Amino acid sequence: MDLLPLFQWLEDTSIGAAIRDSLWLFPVIESVHLLALALIGGAILVVDLRLLGFGLKSQPVAALAENIHPWLVGGLVTMVLTGVPMFLSEAIKCYYSPPFWYKMSFLVVATLYTFGVRKRVAAADTAKVGPIWGRLTALASLGLWFCVGFSGRWIAFY
Amino acid sequence: MSLSSLFEWLEGTWASVAIRESILFYPLVETTHVLTLCLFLGMTATWDLRLVGLAMRRVPVSEVVNRLFPWAIAGFVIMVISGSLLFLSGPVRASQNIFFQVKMVTIALAGINAFVFHRTVFRWVAEWDLAPEIPLRARVAGVSSLALWSIVVVCGRMQAYNWFD
Repeated sequence: MDLLPLFQWLEDTSIGAAIRDSLWLFPVIESVHLLALALIGGAILVVDLRLLGFGLKSQPVAALAENIHPWLVGGLVTMVLTGVPMFLSEAIKCYYSPPFWYKMSFLVVATLYTFGVRKRVAAADTAKVGPIWGRLTALASLGLWFCVGFSGRWIAFY
Repeated sequence: MSLSSLFEWLEGTWASVAIRESILFYPLVETTHVLTLCLFLGMTATWDLRLVGLAMRRVPVSEVVNRLFPWAIAGFVIMVISGSLLFLSGPVRASQNIFFQVKMVTIALAGINAFVFHRTVFRWVAEWDLAPEIPLRARVAGVSSLALWSIVVVCGRMQAYNWFD
């Protein structure tokens, strides 16, 4: 299936055009995207570090993950809400950008993994899952989200 | 030697030229700088949200601050090293950029805010570690830190756009 016509249509939307025509809109949206990055990064790291046996290690994993969950969801929602308009403003560029496709693929896998696998492992607590599985879960999470962030930054370069 | 002639001299050094003209090194340093936001600001935001009372209220404040401290420091060190390399690649343009100047001043203010917090209300944290009512000074420190670091991030991003060059 050729997605180019779809991307062309997305690029032609009024939101995309408005951001392209504005000098400051893209940088402002980008800044909010970065602020949400710090938030989501912190929410992911605190739980992953805990699963690895670092950071807030005297806290039960399940309680910590539950506590931080709204910030993880809030960060992710803000990332998507700011990411979509940026994408609309340069959809054709993204179509031809390999890092964009890598980022979207990693993003889908990382999101499914975080809310499918990691959430269950964290909720089950280390007592039931075993520290080794907890560590592997955290390493996979860190690796996946690193790939999302890394390829995301490289959309600007390629 | 004035600061501006120092930056001009820096711009001519082989290290500056090498970073500026590198194909892979510059984007890698920039990516490191951006992604380390997660480590440094992620930990800082976690502290601040705890101080404000918006996150992990059942975890003692001293534990949140002390246990995450080494990670925040590691993030800060990587931020400073990668940021210095980015600065080195074009010190003249960066130092004349209003966003860069505001960013540096704001980092200093955030540092003072953290220092004051540690020297005052955090010294008697044992008294309010799990208190439902977080002391006003701690809440002010948390809000100030969130605001100041947000300004740092926004200025850092804006610096890349040449509106005032």
